[in-house]
Amino acid sequence: MKRKVLSVLLSAALAATLMTGCGQATSEPAAEAAPAEEAAPAEEAAPAEEAAADELIVVGYAQVGAESDWRTANTESFKTEFVEANGYKLIFDDAQQKQENQIKAIRSFIQQEVDYIVLAPVVETGWDTVLQEAKEAGIPVILSDRMVDVADDSLYECWVGGNFVKEGEDAAGWLSEYLTAQGRADEEINIVTLQGTIGASAQVGRTEGFASKMADTWTMLDMQTGEFTQSKGQEVMESFLKQYDDIDVVVAENDNMAFGAIDAIKAAGKTCGPEGDIIIISFDAVKAAFESMIAGDMNVSVECNPLHGPRVSEIIQTLESGGTVDKVMYVDEGVFPAETAADTIGSRAY
Amino acid sequence: MSNSKSLIKKVTGFRLFLPLACLFLVLIINVIKTPSFFNITIQNGVLYGYIIDVINRGSELVIFAVGMTLVVAASGGTDISVGAVSALAGAVCCFVLSGGEQSTDFYHAPYLLGVIAAILIGMICGAWNGFLVAKLRIQPMVATLILFTAGRGIAQLITDGQMIYLRVDHFKMLGASIPGVPLPTPVFVAIIVVILTYILLKKTAIGLYIETVGCNSKAARLVGLNSTMIQFLTYTFCGICSGIAGLIITSRVYSIDANNAGLNLELDAILAVALGGNSLGGGKFSLLGSVIGAYTIQALTTTLYAMSISADQIPVYKAIVVVVIVTLQSPEFQKMRKALVAKISSGKTVKEAA
Repeated sequence: MKRKVLSVLLSAALAATLMTGCGQATSEPAAEAAPAEEAAPAEEAAPAEEAAADELIVVGYAQVGAESDWRTANTESFKTEFVEANGYKLIFDDAQQKQENQIKAIRSFIQQEVDYIVLAPVVETGWDTVLQEAKEAGIPVILSDRMVDVADDSLYECWVGGNFVKEGEDAAGWLSEYLTAQGRADEEINIVTLQGTIGASAQVGRTEGFASKMADTWTMLDMQTGEFTQSKGQEVMESFLKQYDDIDVVVAENDNMAFGAIDAIKAAGKTCGPEGDIIIISFDAVKAAFESMIAGDMNVSVECNPLHGPRVSEIIQTLESGGTVDKVMYVDEGVFPAETAADTIGSRAY
Repeated sequence: MSNSKSLIKKVTGFRLFLPLACLFLVLIINVIKTPSFFNITIQNGVLYGYIIDVINRGSELVIFAVGMTLVVAASGGTDISVGAVSALAGAVCCFVLSGGEQSTDFYHAPYLLGVIAAILIGMICGAWNGFLVAKLRIQPMVATLILFTAGRGIAQLITDGQMIYLRVDHFKMLGASIPGVPLPTPVFVAIIVVILTYILLKKTAIGLYIETVGCNSKAARLVGLNSTMIQFLTYTFCGICSGIAGLIITSRVYSIDANNAGLNLELDAILAVALGGNSLGGGKFSLLGSVIGAYTIQALTTTLYAMSISADQIPVYKAIVVVVIVTLQSPEFQKMRKALVAKISSGKTVKEAA
């Protein structure tokens, strides 16, 4: 009896998911297709602008999740750029940091016959099959932020993102200038690094870029991953502070880990920031980082521009008009030290 | 001679001997590798040192382990949804206190309301698990798999997929320290949870009931115990523990990150129960064993940090230690060890006779 009730419940639930699943998959393209077909014969008579307004460019965005402020700003950038007023329809999917969700999302985009797919991959590997499916369906894939590792690079149209190696170099360059300005250029400087998730492009690039510009008087005491999260960053920094008495510089490979590190430093009775003992170098430059710099806790944040929306939109327009784009498209990025934080914060979009 | 032998037997026969021995083993490695591990100083009026880190960072795990122990004892199954439930509870707490805003400097609702909401959500989730397991008799792992998958999704819905920041000094106290108190607050929360649970189990018959139901739920029902109710209550209690742990996790980073809060902690909690010498098949259990198990796991993590082992390799070392500890505690291994000892000693007597 009990088993019967359970099986009825389960099958009902299954049926419900199937129905909603199908509903989403079929109804939208149908709705899209109908007006397009109707509009086609009338197109000659109608002004070109109106026809364009009828045929919105449908873009599917498979986003990683919302693990940080940076990601949130990135999402917002797409949501504000790809609006109907600009001739777009955005289908947004939050993968909650799981690759299988992203693959599912891409397959559903293909089913819905979108015009372009934008993918911010969670990890670099394992994309060959699903990108092949997109290619066979004739849908160009634009990668945002992180790279994929596929055998055939024709599987994606191009990649848009920050130049992580350059960010690392910029950070080291800033430190060198800062130390010179303080008259500490010849001093022994001890550095620890809170790395991002090992293997992520941002971690690899920033670690590499910083290492390539290390001055002779600098020593890298230790590197440990804080997995890009505040709590791990804090935990690892707590450990660093007990291991090493004389840390001069902390390089945190994103802002969230820097916030964790700042909390750990304060709890250990030390000080950081422009007025403190420990120099904090961070990456991403989200709004909270500016607030932290104004509060005097952080020295510098190297921007990792999350506003990919406009650049992706440019690329799509180029492709629409039959042009070609480079495989690698960098977005513009700057270095924001604490001294100017109060002036720049107002102009920041994220 | 025989006196000292019986003493050794008494010590090794003590129930918590193995869990404690494991904890000491981890700590002794530290004495050799990082002598500064046991240094404790005072910074900003708060005790400071690796050992403090262990008991501070281990607090959430201890709370999870307490709830998990009872669930395991009563139902012979594990609740794998605790991590997700803690994220959900944290999300609800932050949502209530921030009034739905993404980042705020002041409370939009009384702090107590946020705490109650988090614990209540934990309780409801626990009760749901309990209903599925105790009433509908679904296997615990399958039943709790539902919230394991859905919990973070619901949390995302509440936070609208964003992180919610609560930059209020008062909110940080639960995860950091209260001014004038020398120990981090999570330590006290963990101790209170353990003591209250211990009293509940020892001063009332509920501990005995749980063991009885876990050993044989049919027999327990025949002697007049409401097995269903007891299993239901343990899951509900486990949910409450997850809610409390969720509060600490959120307070530590004064924000809720629904994707990462309490991530993989359900596995550590189950491991803590196993390291504590408890049978995952249910029945007799030791609450203190699980608590020791939880601190052992955290001591291991902190040790690996202190030894500068890169974080991507930490799981490997953890796995090795766990294999060793679990093998040491397995009854089959004990039998083999006894057989081996008997063989050696009998060999000796044969030699002596010759």
